[in-house]
Amino acid sequence: MTTVIEVSGLTKRYRDAVGVDDVSFRVEADTITGLLGRNGAGKTTVMSILTAQNFATSGDVRIFGENPYENPRVLSRMCFVRESQKYPDDAQPRHAFGAARLFFPRWDQSLADRLIDELQIPLKRTIKKLSRGQLSAVGVVIGLASRAEITFFDEPYLGLDAVARQIFYDRLIEDYSEHPRTIVLSSHLIDEVANLLEKVLVLDRGRVIMDEETDAIRGRAATVVGDAAAIDAFCKGRTVIHREDLGRMASVTVLGALSAADRRALADARLDVSPVSLQELIVRTTQNAQQTPAAHLQEGALR
Amino acid sequence: MIDDGRALFLQIAESVEDQIVDGSLAEESRAPSTNELAAFHRINPATAAKGISMLVDKGVLYKQRGIGMFVSPGARRQLLAERRTAFADRFVEPLLAEARTLGLGPDDLTDLIRERAAAAARSPERTAR
Repeated sequence: MTTVIEVSGLTKRYRDAVGVDDVSFRVEADTITGLLGRNGAGKTTVMSILTAQNFATSGDVRIFGENPYENPRVLSRMCFVRESQKYPDDAQPRHAFGAARLFFPRWDQSLADRLIDELQIPLKRTIKKLSRGQLSAVGVVIGLASRAEITFFDEPYLGLDAVARQIFYDRLIEDYSEHPRTIVLSSHLIDEVANLLEKVLVLDRGRVIMDEETDAIRGRAATVVGDAAAIDAFCKGRTVIHREDLGRMASVTVLGALSAADRRALADARLDVSPVSLQELIVRTTQNAQQTPAAHLQEGALR
Repeated sequence: MIDDGRALFLQIAESVEDQIVDGSLAEESRAPSTNELAAFHRINPATAAKGISMLVDKGVLYKQRGIGMFVSPGARRQLLAERRTAFADRFVEPLLAEARTLGLGPDDLTDLIRERAAAAARSPERTAR
């Protein structure tokens, strides 16, 4: 596989805060990566530095092996759909699409037309007067129809209803299958996009706390429910990332894949097991990282 | 079907296996392509491809260059044997565990199963529901 994005030691410092703190990761060509994390974790900052719309304080960024700053060879191959994209005051969606068509060498007008129709975007209204959802839809059309070799979607679905979001996901899979390219998608709706992601990169307070294949994360943790004493026995020697007690019952989320022997032991002890969704696992991990600032170092299992 | 906590590609492979086992996907017929699976289950095509290639490695599917994936002859029998073992792990083991706590031995269980199977055979509308 070819690495198309290579980030090492990326740091963005503001006057009295650190937005991105010594972040390193790689993205391989033709994959869909989820950039996940809480608000303010640094997702947008990382994406805007990668697309040369913001400056790093220190660290190194390579896109297609080159520095992206003022580098048209690299910039014309990338598309960044910002959550808060600004357009000129009197611009209408048809102007935005016209400009995108000129800028992106691989632009597909028939795909754009189809999406405009499906997402019901009014072409001749000024963008300023569009609803939040319609504004997001304009970004979705540009991001997909650009067919850019690397496309960044930053919370592309804000204001989109469930139907429009499903259209976005379906068209993304469809078009990506036929025209493989690199997609980086930031999202709060983790479970909604989990099945689209090949890799997951989780940022927390400017740091990378998870960088893994989605399939490897699945089954990484399980929730066990039942008699508290039996649970204590089962949890001995395991990493517990969450626990809730109710009388003599306990519900505990443990790290580590369960073996067949584990499952038999659980059945014998009459404990119920349920899978942990990607969203839940990330929430728990993020909480853990925040309770103990050095947790990301101790919990090697999660890295 | 999707999301019982196991790797997604395994679940995709299993969904194809299900169709072979229940006969809706006949041996020597064309299996769904990676892109068809990705679109149907709304998953990353790479994940679907991983599921397909697992089935090829197992000998359940075979590739015909330029045409696509096909179900291997003998795939159904192979899968049924595999499912039998999985069935024992998944259902018989917990059944035995629960039976032990009730003081029921294997012979008691056999009797119970015969009894219920006979009752079900007498009133088929109950099983149909």
